[in-house]
Amino acid sequence: MPIELKNVNYYYNRGTSMEVHVLKDVNLKLDRGEFIGVIGHTGSGKSTLIQHFNGLLRPTDGQVLYDGEDIFGEGYDRRALRGHVGLVFQYPEHQLFETDVFTDVCFGPRNQGLGEEQIKERAEASLRLVGLGEEFYKRSPFELSGGQKRRAAIAGVLAMEPDYLVLDEPTAGLDPGGRDEIFHVLQTLREERGIAVILVSHSMEDVASYVHRIIVVNEGKIAFDDVPREVFRHYRELEKMGLSAPQVTYIAQALRERGLDVDPLVTTVPEARDSILKALEERKHGC
Amino acid sequence: MAIIKTDNLVYEFTRRDENNEVVETVRAVDDVSLEIAPGEFIAVLGRNGSGKSTIARQLNALLLPTSGTVWVDGMNTQDGEHLWDIRQTAGMVFQNPDNQIISSVVEEDVGFGPENMGVPTEEIWKRVDRSLEAVGMTAYRRSSPEHLSGGQKQRVAIAGVMAMKPKCIILDEPTAMLDPSGRKEVIQTVRELNQSEGITVILITHYMEETVNADRIYVVDQGVVRMKGTPREVFSQADRLKELKLTVPQVTELACEMKKAGVDLPGGILTVEELAGALCR
Repeated sequence: MPIELKNVNYYYNRGTSMEVHVLKDVNLKLDRGEFIGVIGHTGSGKSTLIQHFNGLLRPTDGQVLYDGEDIFGEGYDRRALRGHVGLVFQYPEHQLFETDVFTDVCFGPRNQGLGEEQIKERAEASLRLVGLGEEFYKRSPFELSGGQKRRAAIAGVLAMEPDYLVLDEPTAGLDPGGRDEIFHVLQTLREERGIAVILVSHSMEDVASYVHRIIVVNEGKIAFDDVPREVFRHYRELEKMGLSAPQVTYIAQALRERGLDVDPLVTTVPEARDSILKALEERKHGC
Repeated sequence: MAIIKTDNLVYEFTRRDENNEVVETVRAVDDVSLEIAPGEFIAVLGRNGSGKSTIARQLNALLLPTSGTVWVDGMNTQDGEHLWDIRQTAGMVFQNPDNQIISSVVEEDVGFGPENMGVPTEEIWKRVDRSLEAVGMTAYRRSSPEHLSGGQKQRVAIAGVMAMKPKCIILDEPTAMLDPSGRKEVIQTVRELNQSEGITVILITHYMEETVNADRIYVVDQGVVRMKGTPREVFSQADRLKELKLTVPQVTELACEMKKAGVDLPGGILTVEELAGALCR
């Protein structure tokens, strides 16, 4: 059940003097089970891009296919599609509105027309997945910490049992502990349920440590689409796009400039550690 | 004299029911005593809900103490007479740039503060010129803020505060919504203001690497100051920070890992250059 974008173009205010060409001829294929990071500077078009994944935005031209079917084809059930592709917006905790956490999480499946028993099961399962135990069920969303609120909001989307979970900056404004919590939950989801996770992030360090594939959006085009190692190889170009590489990539570069033979493509702390230790060992024997 | 001083500051949120009876009291700030000297660059770290923003709001009288005292440049924040002087002395920049910009032209937005203070027109324009210059946004003075990037918008917001000629700027997670280059822009701007204009800076952030150049760091948890010291002192206690749901810059973490693996390195490495220098002696 892949999501495919074929030659997608998107314009704001088409045909007026305010016309903006936001997405330019985008071709992408996303598969179940993938863990993908979408990066790009503010205004690069990445939020517009992800809103095409569940048909929230309609391409000005080009096609979006889900499982081979054009989602804007005649008679296509987009309502069902939104159950398959769940979208979590920026600051989703602002969308918590019920009096307690449990009722809030039930909102999605209830709208899908499920029976009470099934709604309850789904809500329980989703809250368990995001690590919110029974003691949270009856609490007001406003009594939770920032990270807890956000997990409650994510549970609300999970309760619809999507195959794809798309999140727009799920860790913005969270403390490091909260960021880890969210990434950990997403990782578990992918492993236990085989859900594809696609997230927008401004934290290169987090993206490098968790995802398997990075899509770089620049001026409405896909600039790179590869494994983190290969994407961050282009760190000079990324800087020109308002992005950067993880700090460890810069450390590797600085060490290489000083003659230590470290792998230039390290993107996480363990990788950097191992590569530097190896290089130090070699240097010792070289002397 | 300290530019900002708090004595045993306590702040409690109270929740009341429809009959105005107190249902619950939450102590957000618990006996905090700080002293910040003019020209210092202070960073405040703490997890979500730790009370750091509540403390920040005490420092320019957006909130008033439940007990204890806050002094801003010698003025007691509970003294209503000084309210506007206090706000002018200690300016604030918030997380979301879109919530802070009100005008449709950059230069008018920057002039809004001094205009409200009744500054004469000619002087307003001088201040607008200087403030935009200081944040490196002169080229955009006639642009619409809508067309700026997040980092540029935050710099305009900082210029708006600058135009009120504050002695101190408090920034509450100014980079949380920005991309990497926007973050860099804002932090560089703030550092320059601190170094060339001597403005006291209090920076609240969740990005550890933004604080390595601060003079001092305060770590807040449950409304209490749990750690304080230079970045080197604070970040050499990685385990303690982890308990408080915080972390260390990636380079510090790597240095720590290397030490564990038996590499001889000095403690508290904070920058890429330091680590590279230590490894390639």
